[in-house]
Amino acid sequence: MNRFSAFVQKEFRHILRDRRTLLILFGMPVIQVLLFGFVLTNEIKNASIAVLDPSKDAESIALTNKLVSSGYFQLNRNLGSPDELDPAFRSGKIKMAIVFPPDFAQSLNEPSSLNAHPATIQIIGDASDPNTATTLINYANAIIGDYQQEKAAHSGLSPNAMSIVTQTRMRYNPEQKGVFNFVPGVMTLILMLVSAMMTSITIAREKELGTMEVLLVSPLQPIQIILGKTAPYLVLTLLNAVVIVLVGILIFGMPMRGSIVLLAAECVLYMFVALSLGILISTRSKDQMTAMFMSALGLMMPTMLLSGFIFPRESMPVPLQVIGNVIPATWFNTIIKGIMIKGVGLEVLWKQTLVLGGMALFFLGLSLRNFKDRL
Amino acid sequence: MNNIISTDKLTRTFGAFTAVNAISFEVHEGEIFGFLGANGAGKTTALKMLTGLLTPTSGKAMVAGYDVWREPEQVKRRIGYMSQKFSLYEDLTVRENIRLFGGIYGLKMSEIKAKTTQLLEKLQLEAEADKLVGSLPLGWKQKLAFSVALLHDPKIVFLDEPTSGVDPLTRRQFWELIYEAAHTGVTLMVTTHYMEEAEYCGRVSMMVDGSIEALDTPRNLKDKFGAKNMDEVFRKLARG
Repeated sequence: MNRFSAFVQKEFRHILRDRRTLLILFGMPVIQVLLFGFVLTNEIKNASIAVLDPSKDAESIALTNKLVSSGYFQLNRNLGSPDELDPAFRSGKIKMAIVFPPDFAQSLNEPSSLNAHPATIQIIGDASDPNTATTLINYANAIIGDYQQEKAAHSGLSPNAMSIVTQTRMRYNPEQKGVFNFVPGVMTLILMLVSAMMTSITIAREKELGTMEVLLVSPLQPIQIILGKTAPYLVLTLLNAVVIVLVGILIFGMPMRGSIVLLAAECVLYMFVALSLGILISTRSKDQMTAMFMSALGLMMPTMLLSGFIFPRESMPVPLQVIGNVIPATWFNTIIKGIMIKGVGLEVLWKQTLVLGGMALFFLGLSLRNFKDRL
Repeated sequence: MNNIISTDKLTRTFGAFTAVNAISFEVHEGEIFGFLGANGAGKTTALKMLTGLLTPTSGKAMVAGYDVWREPEQVKRRIGYMSQKFSLYEDLTVRENIRLFGGIYGLKMSEIKAKTTQLLEKLQLEAEADKLVGSLPLGWKQKLAFSVALLHDPKIVFLDEPTSGVDPLTRRQFWELIYEAAHTGVTLMVTTHYMEEAEYCGRVSMMVDGSIEALDTPRNLKDKFGAKNMDEVFRKLARG
């Protein structure tokens, strides 16, 4: 019987018999995607806004009231001039600003055929918190659309007869990078979590229980032990990636514009980096507890906080941006977004891919060396 | 008599601390060799060097005819090992554990099957074959672990405090298994801190602070130190 396959079989048995591990493996990704998807981006209530309304007519006041009475917004202040916009945003007290034109009611009520300039409302979001900004602007747009329909129905005109045009501006982060932030973000997080944390824990467990000595005394090569330990997790993590992508596409409407094969290949590359980090951690920790803490502090926190998943890297101080550059998730995040949202391939993502590849080689080499030296 | 283990000034230091200080000794083929000493005397470190788990700082060791650091693969095929901590997987069944270790040591599937039947019968564990090892009493687990360490017919088996934490009756039964193995020609190297177990060994070495202070049969040692039992020998030695 093949040595290696006997060993891998054992690993699968460990995983399948441990309900806690199974729950983490398969429950967590789904819960995380749903959590981040719904909790983080939706359900924003009473967001402070500012209104700049030079026209102050019946229509603009009615629309402002409708916005505020929706429950999503509360009026923080009325602005006197466009110059006050910038300080208001800077102070951080408002999340969004609505700017009416000077002749709002007039241009709104003119028959559309004669409408030289439509009634244009500017909605300005604070995109340093891109998720919130996008959501708020979507709410505002929906409420304005509502207002327009009601009004049209009321006056017996077709909804097209008058039009409010909204223009959206994002402050601080004009590309609105937060739109599809969380699916790639959760993906980087979960793959790191499952691959690195689980690997480090499973190796640390063998050390803690004393079975590692028995394996090391056996004719199994260290590389066989490492590969045997990681192979099952590679398979399971890949399954996880599929689940996350599916939830993203089916529930949250994430696009999939690029090559699925390329995405899968990049996932495997990223998993190799994560797995070797997990092995590296396990060589440094004596028991499962230590391995868990080291993974959580050393891998999870940076992945969540510094990779641009939750907080945009652009608004970070330079030292943190530099640290972000050595975090695998930073590069993988760009790759997933590139493939799924922009539909680009290796011609654009070669640099990120090379960086990940380099990290994989570096950490795998380092952990192999460490694994031999330490028991 | 053939030497199955021979070491020459085997030394291991950790920083400024010398755990094993230039020990030289031989173990004969087929004997039960007791490796005794207090906790921290260096037995486990010496054992780890002999099994290839730890590289020595200096010195040399030959096990089963091969140099432990030049030809570790040859050595590993020929040795069995049962660690101080329990060395089987508790979340696997008895049968799965046997199969795993058979597989790791490169036995053929047919051999594994035959050995499994034989082993279960010998230990009278047929009814427990498909139960998780974790559910067995400690004494059974240890007997099973020892039998699994013998699965690939090693020339020498290292037992690192195999009986710690076991009741006297089970310990007695465990030693019967050790004798049985010795009768088939296997060499056994046993570390223990139960001095009465030293009486069961063919020859014992006593380690104090990293050095072997005495090495002989239990009878000769008792005569030499004018002691009634091994415990007294050990206490006289440790006092210096």
